[in-house]
Amino acid sequence: MKKLTLSFWFITASVAYVFYSYPNEGPINISVLSPSVIHKKKDSAVAVKQSNSPNLAGPNFKSVPVVTQKSAQTVRPKPTGIYADGTYTGNQADAYYGIVQIRAIILNGRLASVNFLQYPNDRRTSRFINDQAMPLLESEAIRAQNANVDIVSGATATSQAFQESLADALGQAKI
Amino acid sequence: MIIRETRIIMGMPVIIEIAGASAKKESFEELFLYFTSIDQRFSTYKDTSEISRINRHELCESEYSNEMREIFALAERTQKETAGFFDSRKPDGMIDPSGIVKGWAIQNASEMLLRRGHQNFYIDAGGDIQSHGKNSTGIEWAVGIRNPFNQKEVVKIIYPRGAGVATSGTYIRGQHIYNPHKFGEPITDIVSLTVIGPDICEADRFATAAFAMGQKGIFFIENLRGFEGYLIDVKGRATMTSGFRYYTTP
Repeated sequence: MKKLTLSFWFITASVAYVFYSYPNEGPINISVLSPSVIHKKKDSAVAVKQSNSPNLAGPNFKSVPVVTQKSAQTVRPKPTGIYADGTYTGNQADAYYGIVQIRAIILNGRLASVNFLQYPNDRRTSRFINDQAMPLLESEAIRAQNANVDIVSGATATSQAFQESLADALGQAKI
Repeated sequence: MIIRETRIIMGMPVIIEIAGASAKKESFEELFLYFTSIDQRFSTYKDTSEISRINRHELCESEYSNEMREIFALAERTQKETAGFFDSRKPDGMIDPSGIVKGWAIQNASEMLLRRGHQNFYIDAGGDIQSHGKNSTGIEWAVGIRNPFNQKEVVKIIYPRGAGVATSGTYIRGQHIYNPHKFGEPITDIVSLTVIGPDICEADRFATAAFAMGQKGIFFIENLRGFEGYLIDVKGRATMTSGFRYYTTP
């Protein structure tokens, strides 16, 4: 229970700190990206099973009291609150029970969403984020292998020739 | 003595290799005849095929062949088990079971070779593979997963040890696989999904359905007991199921 409370508190404080430090001009919409959105962000390392509610189960982060604890980070927020659009990955933070890492997306100079890249691998905590979270699967960049194989699974030379031929025909068909 | 033969049937190369001295010409002939008969029955590109006649409503159900009934039953079961991501009925109303026929046919052919007493062989029809035993040098058959972006390369080597290996991809003849839940939208975020299953019939039917799920497909395979998968997306990033590494060690 202690571990859960601690990691919950840390996650809450981290996210609250983000919003405290980076005030926005308008309403903030925090959402854990639903799978349909995540598919479009191909470099996201997290996929969660479809959930009806896009928002984090739990408290509204804006109303959580902010603890101004000393942090190793020395980032000073810009006073005007205008940020460059983009995707920013937070550092890997030790939440005692595991690692938490978030990614923030700035759109039109405002924080548009926050999602978890890593979260403690604990069923109780996973439920906090999404009732049916999927496991993180291993991924890698594909690399050509040099060893000999007996058989190859995949596209065939016939299809390659078909495509070349089709491309040639279409090239001739161009006005 | 012929140990490997390749013929173009069903619009794709069908490769059969029987390792060792037991290879017989009759075995190859029986198998190629079988694949030709499957093509003649199930090809939607052939006007005279049974499936084309069924689609033109020229046959009533009592006239369907036993093989056709078997395939329809398998299609219905696959549709239920994949929440409709495999659906043999296409947007234009035509029935096209080709997503499951290939694996099913290879499975039948493999059983023919076993009945003939062959222990060490593989059948490769358009990149879907069923192997048994060992290769000519006495070691496990090694299967390479083709690089979707460069067909001269393989990007992963697996040792199926008798399991079936099926790869679904968009790079074959353009986007011939689409999402039945989103008509008109081709699959664009993933380019290749290799499924390893208990046999090639099982691997093939789930590979077809899982591919239609896009990125989610690998999670579907992860949750399927007895199956492993290797997904490649448009950026060349591969994701594997948690038990996949069992097959990458020789």
